[in-house]
Amino acid sequence: MAVANNPEERSASRFSRTVSRLRSSRDLEGWLFIAPVVVGVLGFQFFPILVSMYASFTQWDGLNPPEFIGLGNFVEMLTKDPLFYQTFVNTCVFTLGYVPLTILVSFILALLCNRQIRGVSFFRTAFFAPFVTNVVAVGFVWFYFYSPDQGVLNGLLQTVGIEGPAWLSDSRWAMPAVITVSVWQGVGYPMVILLAGLQGIPEELYEAAKIDGARAWHRVRNVTLPLLTPHFFFLTITQFIISFQVFGLIYVMTEGGPNHATSVYIYYLYERGFAFGNLGYASAMAWLLFVLIAAVTLVQWKLQKRWVFYE
Amino acid sequence: MTETPQQKVNPAAVRRGRSAKSSLGVAIANVAYYALMIVLAVVFLLPLIWMFVSSLKPESEVLVIPPSFFPTEIRWQNYVDVFGIIPVFFYNSAKLAFLNVVGILLTSSLAGYAFARLEFAGRDLVFTLLLATAIIPSIVYLIPQYIVFRELGWIDTHLPLWVPRVLTPVFATFLMRQYFKTMPKDLEDAARIDGASTFAIYWRIMLPQTKPALAAIGVFTFLESWNDLFGPLIFLNSQDLQTLPVALAQFQGEYFTQVSLLMAAATVSVIPVLIVYLFAQKYFVQGITMTGLKG
Repeated sequence: MAVANNPEERSASRFSRTVSRLRSSRDLEGWLFIAPVVVGVLGFQFFPILVSMYASFTQWDGLNPPEFIGLGNFVEMLTKDPLFYQTFVNTCVFTLGYVPLTILVSFILALLCNRQIRGVSFFRTAFFAPFVTNVVAVGFVWFYFYSPDQGVLNGLLQTVGIEGPAWLSDSRWAMPAVITVSVWQGVGYPMVILLAGLQGIPEELYEAAKIDGARAWHRVRNVTLPLLTPHFFFLTITQFIISFQVFGLIYVMTEGGPNHATSVYIYYLYERGFAFGNLGYASAMAWLLFVLIAAVTLVQWKLQKRWVFYE
Repeated sequence: MTETPQQKVNPAAVRRGRSAKSSLGVAIANVAYYALMIVLAVVFLLPLIWMFVSSLKPESEVLVIPPSFFPTEIRWQNYVDVFGIIPVFFYNSAKLAFLNVVGILLTSSLAGYAFARLEFAGRDLVFTLLLATAIIPSIVYLIPQYIVFRELGWIDTHLPLWVPRVLTPVFATFLMRQYFKTMPKDLEDAARIDGASTFAIYWRIMLPQTKPALAAIGVFTFLESWNDLFGPLIFLNSQDLQTLPVALAQFQGEYFTQVSLLMAAATVSVIPVLIVYLFAQKYFVQGITMTGLKG
């Protein structure tokens, strides 16, 4: 580097040195603030993601070195594993029951709770309470509710002369029974989102609709629903992602039974990966799930133009 | 049919009549509304109430046909029995929840502050990469994580249940960043002119103003940690390290040989979140609406 001779140049270069020193100390400072998160994400997410990608192409029991088998796991899943196929169908059935029901019920509850009336906060609290309750406690309570011989549900049915089925051990009833509990537990969260949405709708719009003679249902149909479509869009995406990964209730209530009737995707992944030590296969399942979720989310994103209304 | 005599219409009487009729209508509507809401509240609360009531029953009265609701005698002994079994699980759950809450509040507010208020090389790129990573569901990297923890000797310790979570609070960081972004610059500038260090500005001036965001993140972290089933199920083997939900699920036949005892233990596992929920309801709602729609 040339040494600056005249004072002007010297001061200019000192200035730029100071600026660059300030800059680098500022950069360092910023990086120190984010360092814990950057280290964590690199070490506990980014690196494992790369390993998982590789693992999905291997046969791996987690103890011996992984053996590369190319697309073997995916081929097995899609062509040679009837259980994989069944758990995938079960998950779709669960999702088709859970997502629309949860959104419908939470919308009705939100409409009912959206009133300035005494006691309404108690009701909101009641509807939200199952959401904060842990899935094991919930699972046990309903397990005994559903008990065929001594359960509360069949006891009540008996008093009106109906012989209830063996809910959780009857392969026709097990899935609807599990979906019911999931909806019961899950509606609190979407209800709060929709309630916030309802409270954001300006009162004038309802007043105007009233003046135009719109009855209650028409006001819901023509004012509330269109204005809440962004909320419904958000909920269909998030609830879909949640329901495709359902695990806890299945683990506690049915363990995938009877006869795999409630064995869902993550439950099967858990069995293959951790109970049977087939980590390569489970990794491949996890990646396929990610691709499925990403694809469905993308389709939902593309379709939003057709029905989501933005002001 | 006889002709009805034409009545003289008194406008005031009509108004009175109409308003009486409509206020009666309002009253009926209110009664119907409350009746419906009470039925719904019973549907939503009954399973939880049943859990609690069963936990106070003698075992012989829990599962009977026809179902009986009120116990003939209240058996607090069930709780005494359960407290002989669960203190260690309760402690494990509480310890992990505490470490997660404190840790995540710290790391997410530090990073959120930097992403929102500091300018440094690579900031936006790193932030985008963090968000991109968050799109991939955790189930995808769970298995390699398991192997990493095994290599570190962390399996069957509590470390995998808090260290990685505290260091990867991507969503909380995002929320903190949004919150810090909305705060005015004046105080910060004044402190900087007074020569305060960046950390002091963050810690003493900015952080105390983010209490609502911290509370929302705190209650959700607590809920997630306290209710987590999958993590402890996979990373822990020893019984004395287990958390409450897994202990309930795994050792039911071994420890909680009676349904009434199981319900007492389940009640104990639910009470802390219900307490937090009742006191921090506002922040739950805030957290949901914050995470919900503001992108």
